[in-house]
Amino acid sequence: MIPLRLGPSSGGRRAPISLLAPATAAALIALLPLWYLVDRALAEGLDALLAEVASAQTAALLARSLGLVAMVTALCLVIGITCALLVVRTDVPGAKAMEVLLAVPLAVPSFVAAFAWVSWRPSISGFWGATLVLTLVSYPFVYLPVSAALRRLDPAQEEVSRSLGRGMLATVLSVTLPQVRTAAAAGGLLVALYTLSDFGAVGTMRYEAFTWVIYGAFRAGFDPSRAAVLACVLVVVALVLVWAEAVVRGRPNHARVGAGTPRPQARIELGRLRWVAALPVLAVLGLAVVFPAASVVVWFNRGLSAGIDWSGLAEALGSTVLVAGLGALATMLLAVPLGILSARHHGRGSRILERSVYVAHGLPGIVVALSLVFVGVTVARPLYQTTPMLALAYAVLFLPLGVGSVRASVEQSPVALEEMAHSLGKGRAGVLFGVTLPLAAPGIAAGTALVLLAAMKELPATLLLHPTGMETLAMSVWSDTAVSRYASAAPAALALILLSTVPTWMLTRSSRRVGA
Amino acid sequence: MSLLLATVLLAGAAACGGDSDSGAITLYSGRNLSLVGPLIEQFTEDTGIEVEVRDGGSAELAAQILTEGDASPADVFLSQDAGALGAVSKAGLFSVLPDDVLEQVDPAFRAADGTWVGISGRARTILYNPELVESPPEAIDDLLDPAYNARIGFAPANASFQAFVTGLRVIRGDDAAREWLEAFAAQDPVAYENNIAVRDAVDAGEVSVGLVNHYYLYELIEEVGADSVVARNQFIGGGDPGGLINVAGVGILESTELADESLEFVEYLLGPDGQAYFASETFEYPVAIGAEADAALPALDTLDPPRVDLSDLDSLEQTQELLADTGLLTK
Repeated sequence: MIPLRLGPSSGGRRAPISLLAPATAAALIALLPLWYLVDRALAEGLDALLAEVASAQTAALLARSLGLVAMVTALCLVIGITCALLVVRTDVPGAKAMEVLLAVPLAVPSFVAAFAWVSWRPSISGFWGATLVLTLVSYPFVYLPVSAALRRLDPAQEEVSRSLGRGMLATVLSVTLPQVRTAAAAGGLLVALYTLSDFGAVGTMRYEAFTWVIYGAFRAGFDPSRAAVLACVLVVVALVLVWAEAVVRGRPNHARVGAGTPRPQARIELGRLRWVAALPVLAVLGLAVVFPAASVVVWFNRGLSAGIDWSGLAEALGSTVLVAGLGALATMLLAVPLGILSARHHGRGSRILERSVYVAHGLPGIVVALSLVFVGVTVARPLYQTTPMLALAYAVLFLPLGVGSVRASVEQSPVALEEMAHSLGKGRAGVLFGVTLPLAAPGIAAGTALVLLAAMKELPATLLLHPTGMETLAMSVWSDTAVSRYASAAPAALALILLSTVPTWMLTRSSRRVGA
Repeated sequence: MSLLLATVLLAGAAACGGDSDSGAITLYSGRNLSLVGPLIEQFTEDTGIEVEVRDGGSAELAAQILTEGDASPADVFLSQDAGALGAVSKAGLFSVLPDDVLEQVDPAFRAADGTWVGISGRARTILYNPELVESPPEAIDDLLDPAYNARIGFAPANASFQAFVTGLRVIRGDDAAREWLEAFAAQDPVAYENNIAVRDAVDAGEVSVGLVNHYYLYELIEEVGADSVVARNQFIGGGDPGGLINVAGVGILESTELADESLEFVEYLLGPDGQAYFASETFEYPVAIGAEADAALPALDTLDPPRVDLSDLDSLEQTQELLADTGLLTK
């Protein structure tokens, strides 16, 4: 018999080994890049490491990167929350369509978006150019969880506030927004880490951020040690960001009983203002979706004269689906136990395990890619440059996307549901598979979609680790743009964006299911 | 779950399998597959040796080889520029090529220690729009004339431009190079994303002159016809730093188990078929002694480029710092 547990909080409950073991494996896999980084960073000795870290140049770089991170994260929070409020909670015209379209920028690789802007106006560059591109490709990280959280809110709280005499705007600010704080913080962290690790946008915009110099150390200096030292600084920054997010997030306390049957919320009627309210959303869509898509179509038209290699395109499409699919599978197999663990067990151990997956998320792709080259040739030679190794690389890169989604979705349902199942005599495995996993299902779907999107457009790790002879759509786009054949790059870029609408649709659907 | 994951990974590994025993040479190519692909197919047809190509950026591939070390699956490394070859060579990962291969190429276009050899060359030129410029600049110092203020296009992030600046540093010394770059920056030149954008801007008259490689003009002429192209190339002679010739080259990994096949591939690249391919497909200069460039180009031996040891162009990182310092590279 399983002993009954009726404690009010699961905080002190010991995590079952069936969760702890796979969650620990996930964290260890996510930390693999550190092995390589420490090995390389110490290659020149500890003194050299400390000198590089303490140099004035490093401090200046850090300031430039943090400035970009702060600006992009702030803008994404404003855009993501505003758009979510408008399309989920008001009667703005076209809300249903805009809801889906607002997630589409996740499908646009940052180097494609950046190039679209630069080729339109070469003068768009530097800090503001990088801010523009990074904001437009990453605000959905905030928009998606916030709109999911908004749908899930119990309308009763807002009604109480209104009935007590608060106006609509005051109610939104004082009752609604505080309840999406957790979702916004989680999304903001992903934006911050994405900005910290991105090279596509800062490279094209020639903004001298940390990743620019790390790439320079590899590309120009052929100096892996210096790159590793600088990457270690990024790891520390990522840890600080993760800690800051945890402080903002606080303890989840918005679970509602009866998650299965929420009452529908009334949309706020904007009256004549509804057309005005559509303008900011349309502006965001114009800049983030229509502009890059139109640029690709223009390249496409130019490319038609060159003819399209349909069989090559189909093959690249198949490879992309295969490796991104396997990558998402591997990532989610690791993410689900860790996500459930961190939602249900708030001990220090579970906190450390969960946060460790974010460490590599702040590192530029080339660093993670080379660290997996190192791991591959050192301990997994038979797997090196095979599809499974590439899938594992995607897991290292994108675990936070899966873990965050699963955690959010489990946290929303009260732990009492599982305790009830326990008390009714279900065993641990029974509770896990019969209660917790179904509760986590929307999060698993959302996480899978996010990982698919990220893996489809991933480049640095794919280039270094793909099986010889295989080409993904992103590789094909890169390979043409690298030699400035934008016209021939267009079909693959367009195919990539079209393919990405599938997981995007999955995302908006699963986020609706959370609410409805 | 972990067990399931392990099963998935292993099943995948079994499905993909390793094919290291197939006798195919593995080529890490810093040059685009769409560019070298046809040549490689021809090689396989002629020799029966299969080639598996992994393409990527030259520098990223060099970093990958440096990380892989002796365990590298690569047999041959083909690089867009000498810098990446030099990095692999310095790590001691290349084998020394036989003399009869090295001697096919002018010593200026191969490694002094014989670890890599150039296969094609590109000259830096000043592209100009004859409708806007009467007498084009003949040396880089001519670009500092006030007449060119805000009239110069360049691609600061481009590897060939940075190789030119590295050459400038090697030839004139760091201080004089900085002086030239500061004067150049004071000219308020227009930065473009890449050489093609510079070329198109010169051709369209957005700027009067542009710093590019020689072949971009001929690619445009082939694309749209000579009658539709306004821009002209000014080749820079007299040993001026502006006329630097850089090469794409190739080396064989010390760790290869297919040394004979790899060597055959290198010889093919330097042979008549390989050299003619680069001359006609990319309008680059073939560098094997006796191979002829495209008829539209001035002959290689008439160019009089600066005498720079290409192995000395490996201080690219300092070049980038200098460019960033003078405000030319980053914002």
